[in-house]
Amino acid sequence: MTTNSLTTSQGAGRAGDKVFSGAAMAAGCLILAVLFGVALFLVVQAIPALTAPPADIQGGHGFFAYIAPIVVGTLIAAVIALVIATPVAIGVALFISHYAPRRLAAGLGYVVDLLAAIPSVVYGAWGAAFLAKEISPAYDWLATYLGWIPIFEGPASATGKTILTAGIVLSVMVLPIITSLSREIFLQTPKLHEEAALALGATRWEMIKMAVLPFGRPGIISAIMLGLGRALGETMAVALVLSSGVLTASLIQSGNQTIAAEIALNFPEASGLKVNTLIAAGLVLFVITLGVNMIARWIITRHKEFSGAN
Amino acid sequence: MSKRIDVKDLNVYYGNFLAVEDVNINIQAKSVTAFIGPSGCGKSTFLRTLNRMHEVLPGARVEGEVLLDGDNLYGPGVDPVTVRTQVGMVFQRPNPFPTMSIRDNVLAGVKLNNKKISKGAADALVEKSLVGANLWNEVKDRLDKPGSGLSGGQQQRLCIARAIAVEPQVILMDEPCSALDPISTLAVEDLINELKDQYTVVIVTHNMQQAARVSDKTAFFNIAGTGKPGKLIEFADTTSIFNNPSQKATEDYVSGRFG
Amino acid sequence: MTATVARKRSALTKGQLPKFAPYIVLAVALVVAAAIMALIGFNAFGWGIVAAILFAVGLVSWSGAVEGARKAKDKLATCLVVGAFLIALLPLISVIVTVLINGIPGLITPGFLGTSMNGVTGAFDNKAAEEGAPVLGGIYHALMGTIQITLLATVISVPVGLLTSIYLVEYGNDRPLARAITFFVDVMTGIPSIVAGLFAAAFFFAIVGPGTKTGAVAAVALSVLMIPVVVRSSEEMLKIVPNELREASYALGVRKWRTITKVVIPTAISGIASGVTLAIARVIGETAPILVTAGFATTINNNVFGGWMASLPTFIYTQILNPTSPSNPGPSDQRAWGAALVLIILVMLLNLGARLIARMFAPKTGR
Repeated sequence: MTTNSLTTSQGAGRAGDKVFSGAAMAAGCLILAVLFGVALFLVVQAIPALTAPPADIQGGHGFFAYIAPIVVGTLIAAVIALVIATPVAIGVALFISHYAPRRLAAGLGYVVDLLAAIPSVVYGAWGAAFLAKEISPAYDWLATYLGWIPIFEGPASATGKTILTAGIVLSVMVLPIITSLSREIFLQTPKLHEEAALALGATRWEMIKMAVLPFGRPGIISAIMLGLGRALGETMAVALVLSSGVLTASLIQSGNQTIAAEIALNFPEASGLKVNTLIAAGLVLFVITLGVNMIARWIITRHKEFSGAN
Repeated sequence: MSKRIDVKDLNVYYGNFLAVEDVNINIQAKSVTAFIGPSGCGKSTFLRTLNRMHEVLPGARVEGEVLLDGDNLYGPGVDPVTVRTQVGMVFQRPNPFPTMSIRDNVLAGVKLNNKKISKGAADALVEKSLVGANLWNEVKDRLDKPGSGLSGGQQQRLCIARAIAVEPQVILMDEPCSALDPISTLAVEDLINELKDQYTVVIVTHNMQQAARVSDKTAFFNIAGTGKPGKLIEFADTTSIFNNPSQKATEDYVSGRFG
Repeated sequence: MTATVARKRSALTKGQLPKFAPYIVLAVALVVAAAIMALIGFNAFGWGIVAAILFAVGLVSWSGAVEGARKAKDKLATCLVVGAFLIALLPLISVIVTVLINGIPGLITPGFLGTSMNGVTGAFDNKAAEEGAPVLGGIYHALMGTIQITLLATVISVPVGLLTSIYLVEYGNDRPLARAITFFVDVMTGIPSIVAGLFAAAFFFAIVGPGTKTGAVAAVALSVLMIPVVVRSSEEMLKIVPNELREASYALGVRKWRTITKVVIPTAISGIASGVTLAIARVIGETAPILVTAGFATTINNNVFGGWMASLPTFIYTQILNPTSPSNPGPSDQRAWGAALVLIILVMLLNLGARLIARMFAPKTGR
């Protein structure tokens, strides 16, 4: 029993296993290192701007005074985008999952995915060349009849290149994200719940209210948050469409700015402290979108256990 | 080409949970042994320890010895991969590799290990294995077609041919016919009868009639209750187990009072 | 009870709107809307909206009167849902039409695909706009730049992404490291593209020196965006491979790494390849990261590691924001839209290619 014929084996193969699994793990660790590196390098390059004397920073009042209105502008644009996109996206998702004829459903899903495939710069060009011009008369109308509401205060921009227009373009870009996620969630509603509702004599809409929407609510919330993350970070839709300026409450005048557009417009020609300032702005954007995305993913993982879809 | 298996004091664990307790069994070379028992009694778990497939699951481990002609499968320095070249396995659902042709499926054990083999030797091995699996006549004209294009019974025989091509000592079969129709089942059972001339065969089955048809000796496993470990209750000639069992639990099971 | 040819009345069919009710309401709505629009100035868009509102209001109230509140609410929901879909289609159609209308003239201009902007100044554009001279300048440099930068990004991303997904699926097993990687890969899918550009720029600033702007830096920025997509899609494809295949391979005495490379990956390859193609389609249209990392050149630069490089998206961006001739932006616009059309065609081809690849490489079941 001392010699075991099973121990004489291919030793080289065993090393192969170690090499391969090591390489795979190294690749994974590389990703963590990259992410960590993003944060680190951004911070390092941003610090000079954060610690510089206020007078040196654009606007003359220090970094936070510079960035605060831009952050607000970013939020305004994102909120406009979500307010428009969310109801439409949920409607489209419901349409594809529960209303459209079965044979068409896959094709319709593909059509909506086409919206996602169009590059952002093309949306920006469309927004600047087409949408802004077409929507400008509507802004005049708003300024005339609803001008007493601060967000519609006139005089309306002649070119139509306002933050509202940018927000509309953003909503078109965010729509496919929310739609496809919601659609998948609606399709995963357990047939049992749907059938139970229908067997009670519910109409289609009542069945959706009873079975589909409650089941899908956490998924919808996380889809909205992912859309929010995208809207916050989008550059081209804003840079090409918005005629930027100082923070204004009126949505139909030119003015306002988002972080991403500010960086895109100024970085190529920037030098010295301006570069650090813009990188610091990028860091702020990174932190905001990181937070939003982490919350969204946390919601999804927390509910995966209860969704029964495994 | 076939070895005897001697199992000594084997305890099978999933992490800290004892799944099968204290198995002692001696399986002779060139015989067919059947493992029977109710669902969840641990017969498949135990089968998988015989070719060290059990430990593929994270946290799974084994205490005790499994001797193949005297060599301990779980001895120090033993590579599980070597064990599996000597102890082959056929699974419950046929699983030919979908990206490979029939010919390549049969040769998979050789090719995947990069062993060099001349074309002539390869062709001879393919024919020998397919003949041994009773599949040669049905597929000899389409060896280059995908393995997944065959019927269920044919696929299972292809998997058996694949297992044979590695030239193992022992063939383990985990409910090989439960996914097949009765005619294919008959074909596989006939095949098992022929295989025992060359290999030691151990087959787990849910179907008592199949065990009675196919095996020389039968082992009955049982479980006391959920959460308790499974145990080997009785191991004897098949005719004794079914006609004249010595344990009450065995008699209850084979006469259909539970299971 | 005499059998009648007319519609049978049973307890199950009373209290319903006639089947052709929606069409009646639609016809009425269209006519009334046209009348309203004629009063305040006709335009097609307004007509559509007014007609839609009238249709919804009309159908829902008629249904409410005849069928009851619950069915009326159901019809209202249906109207809203279908309306949402139509609203979503509008920008899609509008963008595609705009690109086609504006882009085709640019695309068919001779020399558009084959020349760069080398030497094209505002004077030429002025002549083109004012005297009808041909619009010079093209996108060759941008096209080459896009191809080279994207290719380099793919070469970086695919090995890293694929190996990571292999780690997560085959070796991870819920270990803390695997869970951390999964979570942060998910987070990475949300990095704004401009931040990815800034990172690559800052990284190279720190390592090589400030002001480094080359195609390679842009490729690194694009990799940051591509890797999470490759990891996620490859992971899904690897998970789909049935465990039975892995077990069959182990049972034959095959090592784990050989099982992965020779059984698992070939089975999943069609999904992986189409996932990679989709990742390419996603980053090929990115502007912001390239803008901050590669500058924007007007001449052909075939060296990824030296000097500014143009790309299709940055070309479009700069031509629109900074026309070659500020007084006559027309030719710049034309070139920009032509480039936009080329870019969209590329993206569509890649998307189509992904589907074809998925079908071509899928394991065949020839019967």
